Amino acid sequence: MTVFDALSDARDEHGQWAFGTGIEDVATEITAPVPDGVDAADLAEYCLMLGDDALVCGHRISEWVSNAPELEEEVALANTALDLIGQARLLLSRAAHLGAGADEDELAFQRNEDRFRNVALAELTDDGDFGHAIARLLLFSSWRLALLQRLLGSRDPVLAAVAEKGVKEVAYHRDYAARWTLRLGDGTEQSHRRMQAALDTVWPYVEELYRVSDVEERLIAAGVAANPAETRADVDAVLDELLPQATLTRPDRPPRGTVRGRAGRQGVHTEQLGHMLAVMQSLARQHPGAKW
Amino acid sequence: MVNRTTPVRSRAWEIAAAVRDPEMPMLTLADLGVLRDVTEDGDRVTVTITPTYSGCPALTEMRADLQRSLTAAGYRDVEVRTVLSPAWSTDWITEDGRRALAEHGVAPPGPAPRRGGPVPLTLLPPSDVVRCPRCGSPATEETSRFGPTACTALRRCTACREPFQHMKEL
Repeated sequence: MTVFDALSDARDEHGQWAFGTGIEDVATEITAPVPDGVDAADLAEYCLMLGDDALVCGHRISEWVSNAPELEEEVALANTALDLIGQARLLLSRAAHLGAGADEDELAFQRNEDRFRNVALAELTDDGDFGHAIARLLLFSSWRLALLQRLLGSRDPVLAAVAEKGVKEVAYHRDYAARWTLRLGDGTEQSHRRMQAALDTVWPYVEELYRVSDVEERLIAAGVAANPAETRADVDAVLDELLPQATLTRPDRPPRGTVRGRAGRQGVHTEQLGHMLAVMQSLARQHPGAKW
Repeated sequence: MVNRTTPVRSRAWEIAAAVRDPEMPMLTLADLGVLRDVTEDGDRVTVTITPTYSGCPALTEMRADLQRSLTAAGYRDVEVRTVLSPAWSTDWITEDGRRALAEHGVAPPGPAPRRGGPVPLTLLPPSDVVRCPRCGSPATEETSRFGPTACTALRRCTACREPFQHMKEL
């Protein structure tokens, strides 16, 4: 019996890998009832927002696998991506259960970019610039940690459970990014210049993190969602502690504009998301329902 | 609290508890603290486990191994459920598990950090003493925060020069 036979034997009716793990029960909790007074479509949309943030940022980070400057960094980034994609699986499964799609795989691999609800910061390409990866991860994880901490008390048990695990994980993602920011900022002339440039590049995308969409506003009132406007103080506290030690300057750049008030949460993305999805989704779209 | 020390050790519990972690085979699922509950009703058994990390790739293998072991033991209807809350912590690794880790050259985790309120930024490697699993010296240093699996860091002993893995506190 080959290794592959043994593996598929072990799965019997659960024979799918990769897209299509065949496991519908990523967690028993995802089928929990919608809290009283909450619109299921709103909750599904909110799960897509937080799930797409994690999926898209996780995929961008995974692009460093086989490209990172050192093996240790490759392992660190791969684990960070894995944690985020794990969080995404739970959130997309919850969204699918609430009617947003058939299952997590359909949501991840069959949606076009205008149906993704992630913030733009998540989708930016690092284009092989390690400083850019670190600057994005620092801001993304500081913000997501602040959101997840506020979700610990969510009335939705799935959001609360995802947050409970996620807080532990995103806290060390942030620390990893903060340590590299310190090393690169307070490093050589070149590393300092490039770390500052990377922060400057991602800075226009930070303001979007604090905007409150209509869906979030309703869910905040219902005790389900975290208020992104409140996370600004937490992110600023991290930057105020870190940037002076790293001899870096807080960027002074205007925020990126919206399209009539619409941005990532409403499905309006930069051109970079489409390129990313073309890579991420191509195999699943060429072989729908494939098993191996 | 969770059922990680279910008082009634049914036959099904014993079988499920003996299944080994695919990435750290010196640990059983019971040692690792991921086995929450096993309920048995005739030839039907329901096992409840919890993931260590959100994206833990070993979870799929654990489920398959539980299915296989219980089916081989004669249970016809085996259901493996995954629950997230309360979130797993390295504090749930049993004393047996900690001993097994050390015997296999992996320094066991210290107490997990208590969380509540804002999580402080940690810019330096943790200062907790991690003893070398080979010579017991406390003079060890971190070489990489991320090791071959998500849950371990790489360290080296400055006394006996042994490089080793340390299971991180979570």
